[in-house]
Parts: sequence; structure tokens; C-alpha cells
Amino acid sequence: MAELKLPVSEDEIRALHVGDAVELTGRMITGRDAAHKWLIEAFREDVAPYLKDTVIYQCGPVVRKNPDGSYVFVAAGPTTSIREEPYEADVMCRYGLRGVIGKGGMGPKTLAGLERCGGVYFHAVGGAAQVLAHAVKKVERVFMLEEFGVPEALWVIDVARFPVMVTMDSHGRSLHDEVDAASREKLKELLALEA
Amino acid sequence: MRSHDRYTEVFLEMLQRASTQLPDDVVAALRRGRDLEEDGSLAQKALDTILMNVDLAREQTAPICQDTGTPVVWVHHPVGVSTRLIENSMIEAVQRATARQYLRPNAVHTLTGKNTGTGSGAGIPSLHFQEWDHPEVEVRLILKGGGSENVGSQHKLPDNRLGAGRDLEGVRRVVLDALVQAQGKGCAPGTLGICIGGDRVSGYEESKRQLLRRLEDTNPIPELARLEERIFREGNELGIGPMGFGGKTTLLGVKIGTLDRLPACYFVTISYMCWAGRRAGVSISEGGDVTWLS
Ligand code: SF4
Repeated sequence: MAELKLPVSEDEIRALHVGDAVELTGRMITGRDAAHKWLIEAFREDVAPYLKDTVIYQCGPVVRKNPDGSYVFVAAGPTTSIREEPYEADVMCRYGLRGVIGKGGMGPKTLAGLERCGGVYFHAVGGAAQVLAHAVKKVERVFMLEEFGVPEALWVIDVARFPVMVTMDSHGRSLHDEVDAASREKLKELLALEA
Repeated sequence: MRSHDRYTEVFLEMLQRASTQLPDDVVAALRRGRDLEEDGSLAQKALDTILMNVDLAREQTAPICQDTGTPVVWVHHPVGVSTRLIENSMIEAVQRATARQYLRPNAVHTLTGKNTGTGSGAGIPSLHFQEWDHPEVEVRLILKGGGSENVGSQHKLPDNRLGAGRDLEGVRRVVLDALVQAQGKGCAPGTLGICIGGDRVSGYEESKRQLLRRLEDTNPIPELARLEERIFREGNELGIGPMGFGGKTTLLGVKIGTLDRLPACYFVTISYMCWAGRRAGVSISEGGDVTWLS
């Protein structure tokens, strides 16, 4: 599998296509519903540097706090992405994010945002909580922990060889749309057989 | 002795097993799927990651998935056994499993949005009791994750859009259509538990109970066995694949049961279990001895 280092340039991201499997190494940030809404309400100066040229991982992790105050990700699978459809393209373009990691794919607004601002949608394997938690090597810091709670906080994490698949790219392609269309065709065929 | 403490201890172990060890038939089905997919395809890579994850969880006695779901429990008991005792023991076991991080605190107050923090809550865990003639108490459960619960559905036949009448061909049509609607949501590949008939409540319960069956078993009713086999084959021909990436492995199994119905009603109820098809079972003798069931 190809390795992709974070932070990443727009050129490197535009070189990726639907169907590529890559392993991410470097710094990323987590965020789900509360975080996306909060990032859009106002420009968050303090968090912005942690979003620029990296990816946001839509994940509500299970986190353990060590006696020395440091944190460890215990389980960290992706959450369903489509809930962030109203926000994601705006967050991405505003903060210079180069991509999203989630599951289930996203809609036309995000797809257009990927093309316009140079980003990709990475699909992580849903439910693979242990494999993905093991790829998180270090928790660097956390934003909005008090306010949002553990799953919704923005965790800045260092990952190594974090496995993901490109299912939406900056060239207007969405694997989700393609599989959806093909399976609907096949369904028509299967149901017509008995008609 | 089947005391509160003994039940609680056994149920705690059962929850730990369910959350951290995927049943061997589910693992075997995932491996078969993996070998069927094209080398180097996203589908195969997804299944490789899933299988790696399953091994890691077992080795580390850690939850297979961070969403440890709702424990849905079926109990068979002889006459004279207190079902309240069993229920209270199960609730305590869920709380202890949550404190030990085998389960995630997964019960949220519906109005306040506040997590109970204990893993238990109103209706969680969910228990179903039935008396039987044997001296043993038999307890079986599944852990039903939220993503997979969200793709469950109930259909009313006839359905003109699909040309689905009130017969097994109609059932086949609505089930295949539901599979396409769900696409890869709910972490495919998964297993369908289906109930034909019943009412809107009993249909869902029976469809979930079907998920207790081993994947390789054969339905004793020949026409249902044929329908299971056919939906399995055609469901996989849809090409949705693991995670909806496209590929040959969309379903790991199809399990169908029936309940009688009112003349005016014909429901088809579908419960979906994701690849993390977690289940466990135990038989407890009068003396409190335990036999684990697969
Ligand atoms: S659908 Fe299943 S595997 Fe996916 S996140 Fe939910 S419980 Fe985990």
C-alpha cells in the first residue's frame, strides 16, 4: 500500500484517484457533529493550524487517560459521514483541509468541495476499532474536551500507517455513486426475471 | 446454585466473550469472502483489515468494534425460576462489563440526551423470556450495533412499486430492494435476519432472533431454506461489496423465520447484522454449571 505523509500538498492530493488504497502517516485531527458545527460558526484561530493541509477524521473515539495526564486511543473506528454533509465542504475550503476520513461516503456538496478546494474522501473500514486505534501512536492535544465530551472533542493525533481507501476524489468521481448505480441496474435485472 | 451472584458472573463472561471474540462461523464466512474477492481490490483490502481487527480484538480481549451495541437477550427457563432474578443479574453484568470497558456506555436518555454512563437504561439490555420443559436455563444474546440497527426495515405486502405480492416471491423482491437501499451502510458484509408475518412488534423480535442461528445451518422448512439460499446468492450478485466498495461479498448469511399473521396483514421485517456479528450463548444447569453454546 502506498504511504502518504501528512501534512500533504494539494498536488499530492489531486494525484489520488478513486480506488487507491493508502496508509496515512503524520498528524490529523478528529471531529464529528459538534466539532463541524463549531468550526463553521466562527473561524477558530487556535485550531486552524491543526486543520491546514491535513485531514479530519470523523471519529468518536474511546479514550483512556493515563495517571500522568496523557491520553491513549482505545477504540477508534470511523463514524457515518453523511451527517456532516451540510458542513464538510465549507469546513474544508475555509480551513485548507486536504481531506476527510469517514465511512459510508458523502453527497454532491462535498464532492464539489473536493474538486474546488483540492481534497479527497478517505474511507476507513467501519468497525475496525482495534486496527485503527493501534495506528494512533500519540495524542498530541485536544480542543473542546470540557464542552463537547470525549467522542465529540477535537483530538490532534499522530498516526502511523493508518489504512484508508480513496472513494471520492478531486476529479468528480465517487465510488459510492458508481456502486449505487450499478447495483440498481442489477436489481432491475433480478426483479424483471420473475416479472 | 443459580444465585444472583452466579448468574451475574456467568453473564459478565458471556458479554466479554460476545464483545471480544467473533464466532468462528462468522470469521470463516469473512475469510471465504476475502478469498473470493479480486486480489488487490478495495473489497479484499477491507476484508483483510476486518480479519486483522478480529484477531487483534481476540488477542487483547478488547471490543471488536467501538459500538458494542445493545445486548438483546433470549432466555429459556424451567418453571419456578425467577425471571426477575435473571433480569437483574443481566443488568448488573452489563454495568460491570461497561466499567471494565468490554462494553461502551451505550444508553442515552432520549429526552435529555445524557448518557447514563452505566451501559444500562430503560429498555437496555433488552430481554425476552420463555418457559420450557428442560431443567437448564439457556441464555443467548446478540450485541446489536447502532449503524446496523439503523438499516433495519419493515415492509407491508403487497408492494406495487416492486411488483411484490403476498408470497415468497414478494418477500424476495422487498428484501433485495431493501439491500440496495441500504447499500454498504451498516458495515457490510452482513447477515439478514428476516421475519415473514407477525405484527409490527413480534416481527422485529423474530427477525432479530433469527440472528442467533449459525451461518451454516439449514432452515428446516425446505421452501424457506431455498429462499435463504436464493437471496444470499442474488444479494451477493448486486455487487455492493464490503463497506459498499463494490465486490462479491455483500452478505454473509440470510436467516428467515415466520410467525402467523392477521388475514389483513403481511409484514416482512428485516434486521441487519453488520460484519461484527457478535453473539454468545450459555446453558446453566440447576447446580450452576455452565456449558458455552456456539
Ligand atoms: S455497524 Fe457494526 S461494525 Fe459498523 S460501527 Fe456499527 S457495530 Fe461496528
